[in-house]
Amino acid sequence: MTHWLILPVMLPAFVAPFIILAARFHMGIQRAFSVAGVFAMIAVSLYLVIETADGTVMLYQMGDWAAPFGIVLVGDRLSTMMVLLMSVLALFVLLYSIGSRWDERGRHFHVLFQFQLMGIAGAFLTGDLFNLFVFFEILLIASYGLMIHAGGNARLRAGVQYVLFNLLGSTLFLFALGAIYAETGTLNMADLARRVTLIGADETVGIRVAAVLLLLVFAIKAAIVPLHFWLPSSYAEAPAPVAALFAIMTKVGAYAIIRVYTMVFPTDLEVTSGLHGDWLLPVALLSLAVGAVGVLAAKKLDRLVTFAVISSMGMVMVAVAIFTQESIASALYYMVHSTLAAGALFLVVDLVRHSRGHLDLVVDAPVAGAALVAGLFMVAGIAMTGLPPLSGFIGKLMVLNAAYDGGQMAWVWTVVLASSLIGIVGFARAGSILFWKAQSEGAPEPDPDRPAAPSALSFVAVGCLIALLLAHTVFAGQMYSYTSATAAQLFAPQDYISTVLDTPGKLSPATDAEVTPGLAPELDPSADGALDQGATPEGDT
Amino acid sequence: MELLVASAIGILTAAGLYMVMRLRTFPVILGIALLTYAVNVFLFAAGRLTKGAPPILRDVATYADPLPQALVLTAIVISFGMTAVVVMIALGAFLGTDDDHIDDETGPVAKGEDAR
Repeated sequence: MTHWLILPVMLPAFVAPFIILAARFHMGIQRAFSVAGVFAMIAVSLYLVIETADGTVMLYQMGDWAAPFGIVLVGDRLSTMMVLLMSVLALFVLLYSIGSRWDERGRHFHVLFQFQLMGIAGAFLTGDLFNLFVFFEILLIASYGLMIHAGGNARLRAGVQYVLFNLLGSTLFLFALGAIYAETGTLNMADLARRVTLIGADETVGIRVAAVLLLLVFAIKAAIVPLHFWLPSSYAEAPAPVAALFAIMTKVGAYAIIRVYTMVFPTDLEVTSGLHGDWLLPVALLSLAVGAVGVLAAKKLDRLVTFAVISSMGMVMVAVAIFTQESIASALYYMVHSTLAAGALFLVVDLVRHSRGHLDLVVDAPVAGAALVAGLFMVAGIAMTGLPPLSGFIGKLMVLNAAYDGGQMAWVWTVVLASSLIGIVGFARAGSILFWKAQSEGAPEPDPDRPAAPSALSFVAVGCLIALLLAHTVFAGQMYSYTSATAAQLFAPQDYISTVLDTPGKLSPATDAEVTPGLAPELDPSADGALDQGATPEGDT
Repeated sequence: MELLVASAIGILTAAGLYMVMRLRTFPVILGIALLTYAVNVFLFAAGRLTKGAPPILRDVATYADPLPQALVLTAIVISFGMTAVVVMIALGAFLGTDDDHIDDETGPVAKGEDAR
């Protein structure tokens, strides 16, 4: 068993305490270690992506305990891809926060940043639902700190909303987990996949409730309408680099939906068959539309971008909800694009804030160096709204193509195209107010509190994110074939399940039977008693 | 015992939800605490209710499932930490703006109502 798989979790878990213990008064050392940590993270996740690219499923058993008893980390194409995406985004966000000196405006920015990475990486890699809850909490508690970084009343108020909403979400998650455990007696995803199919047709009430509760929790994380209300004010009030990093957090919800609803509750499972088409697709289309209308209606640039994020999450969820192999492949392609585009846009918004002093969408004096910022805004806006030639366009095309054969084609095409148009109008309006109509009526008031202008490094960071978007466009063919392979792996989860459950370790069913022969029948998941008693294998250990 | 536990979970959840809908920080935090208690009891019940049984499987017929107990411990620790964080942030927001409403859109209006 190699230990590489746990490194994306362990690395930040060591870097963060080191920073807080040894370097808390030295910003330079903090920055050096934080950047070095993220670089190492990229290297490790690149290695994991290469290792799993041929379809291998990597398994890490914590403490060498075998699967349903111990907690496992599992790395397949999807999870390693998401970890790589997260670490690449984190690098440029970190460089931006150093370049714009956001990290100096409060304490412990780098520590919380590293803990945030730890939580997100863990959520992508874990193979256990309760462990997923724990990693959610790690990433959330770090995000609470990052969200109110640098303080300020508006930010604290938004922070209270954000924290309370997520606390409610966590409570709901626990209810879902309790219901699942009561029904199946396990929380390991691979083990669940096996056991859910064993539930009799007339005993599905509990597991259906649990499946819906779980979907609700992940929909909160993914900010799907009508569960999106936490997102606009918290992302708009959060410091810009933090909001850019949060671009990956909504994707954690989307990832969890894809993972759980391909493996545990697949479409061909009768118990939960209506969940994707009947429920997820309409709300996904609704989020797409609400996001687009929000873009058009926004009075401030940061709100506009947050609604663009909601809209693009709606786009991802539309593709997920169609739930064919092809649509999941395009959802993954679009997810990478939307993460990079949202990250770049939040950083561009911060550049605009620096040069104008405020973000209200009103005609104001032109600003120095507007050409570069305007150019960056335009490119990022084109990517976000899905205009050709950037990857947003290709991604939307893929989703439309995937929807072409399905019965909901009319709905999907209408809403996607209409909301794209509304989004484009919204971005064009904002861009023309900000940069084109700017008139020098009255001198701009100098803002005494305005922090130092962003250095070249910030522009380099934004430029790199946009360059990544370009690369994502140019290599769309290669990316799509990779995401197709990922989707194929997701739709054939037997490999994943057998790797998780059949890899020997301490207390694996085979060795356990030798120790306590009398208990062997109960450990067999197909035994009748295991399901309805809830006298579970975990209990037996 | 089933009725007692089930109604305890139900009452705690209902009270918690009611408090959360008050939309002022203090009741909401109390409501979330109540919801946390409800979910903790719910997790216990997920392992089936057993009385006076050991949580270790020896050669006895009945035993208590130890896994939900471990889950509840984790959940308690996490919710304790989270509650402490939210109390601090809410206190900071209240001291800064002199307003403990959670709904930001109606902030100024609500302030006027308070003065009345």
